[in-house]
Amino acid sequence: MNPVLALDIGWGTTLAIKAVIVLAIVPLTALILGYVFLLKMMSHMQSRLGPMDPGGFHGWYQLLGDGIKFLQKEDIMPAEADRRVFALAPAVVVLSTFLVFVVIPAGPRLVVQPLDVGVFYALAVSSLSVIGVLMAGWASSNKYALLGGLRAAAQLIAYELPLVLAVVGVVVQAGTMNLEGIVHFQQTGELFGWSGIGFPLILTQFIGFALFMVAAQAELTQPPFDMPVAESELVAGYMVEYTGFRFLFFFIGEFGTAFAFAALAATLFLGGWATPWVHGTAADWLGPLVLFTKVMLVAFLMFWARFTYPRFREDQLQAIAWKWLIPIALFNIMLTGVLKVAF
Amino acid sequence: MKREIKGMLTGLGVTFRTMTHRAVTVQYPHEREEPPTRARGVIALKEENCTVCMLCARSCPDWCIYIEGHKEQRPPRREGGKPRSVSVLDRFDIDYALCMYCGICVEVCPFDALFWSPEFEYSESRIAELLHDKDKLGEWMETVPEPEPLEQGAVVKGKK
Repeated sequence: MNPVLALDIGWGTTLAIKAVIVLAIVPLTALILGYVFLLKMMSHMQSRLGPMDPGGFHGWYQLLGDGIKFLQKEDIMPAEADRRVFALAPAVVVLSTFLVFVVIPAGPRLVVQPLDVGVFYALAVSSLSVIGVLMAGWASSNKYALLGGLRAAAQLIAYELPLVLAVVGVVVQAGTMNLEGIVHFQQTGELFGWSGIGFPLILTQFIGFALFMVAAQAELTQPPFDMPVAESELVAGYMVEYTGFRFLFFFIGEFGTAFAFAALAATLFLGGWATPWVHGTAADWLGPLVLFTKVMLVAFLMFWARFTYPRFREDQLQAIAWKWLIPIALFNIMLTGVLKVAF
Repeated sequence: MKREIKGMLTGLGVTFRTMTHRAVTVQYPHEREEPPTRARGVIALKEENCTVCMLCARSCPDWCIYIEGHKEQRPPRREGGKPRSVSVLDRFDIDYALCMYCGICVEVCPFDALFWSPEFEYSESRIAELLHDKDKLGEWMETVPEPEPLEQGAVVKGKK
């Protein structure tokens, strides 16, 4: 028996409801991020309007229309492709996105499955997408796809490390890997005896936050880290042979993962769903809204950098990870540990 | 290193400022953009100035100007004089599917019969319909802007 929003129902029904919610939320978040940032914010940053006509109001229907169009398209598979792997690859990528959402708490009781190793789990399943990307690159039997897939693998593995190390500081300070525990720590924390805004960990873990954002950007293969999909040289990297709904899967995976990473950053560094002076039922309803606001804030930072910077060269990209991010992250862990023991 | 970081922050500033400003886009079918006065939108024909000299048709790199004409005898100016012969324009077509808007015909016309007009809304759904005749070209004369006034102190030559 697992109460969902104070309703006592059987575990089977609970599981079904949870599955439906996660299945609905991931494409929805992808749509929201795609519309708000990719279509609208990027356009305005380039002094244009973006889609204005579809749906009547500022082109809100554009992405839905694109999605429907993708569903109608012919499902093309290269003759030499490894058919089963080719078909499975987008599913693996989307699966890793779905799995991250399992542990992100959106309210005091609103979480699919609270895990004691929440942070570890989230980062572990998010790196599952590397396998999907490699599968896609290899199975396409296309040199651009293969190059893109290999670049993606090299990049994702290189940036997985700073991503994990950046979070260690938070874990050390909060003393738990449970995401709900980390939120609780930030909600009940005090700033020199003042509990007005709780204790968002970004105040002490700002280095970790910066590292996390950079590494997450690379994990999402977003510009300036978009070597794997570099459309001017690799056409679209590992996605080059994909059409129709399989391509749609990659799209949902990309933006869904962006939302998941933004939600992780919001939970780890900005206090998640928590508002310090709101508890009980009010928090149940306010939680998702607060989390959503914070996610949009973090996503804004991510996409702001995405639409500003040009692409890195492959060697620069690796140098940033190994020569800068990882040493800084290790230093940050050491500093956090020393301070944690000292105070 | 300091310079690089400063450059990166400046970049973020540029995109953020652009975002807060109004977009330059003109929502064309809903609101009409006013082209610059001297925009090369379409070539207009002032039929009464044309002498069927064919200079424009010969100078056109795309051969998109079609001219046909014939000679007519007009009564002499003075009593007992020789009848005057006048060229009459029968056909003056410009194929805008071929025209590349180089403006050589406008430049070369010795009698000021061809003008640039900023009008640009003459698209057609069939390519053959882009061949416009002299009546259509004459209608565009109304959209031709007045010539700029001469510079101060310029001497006007020739008859008024």
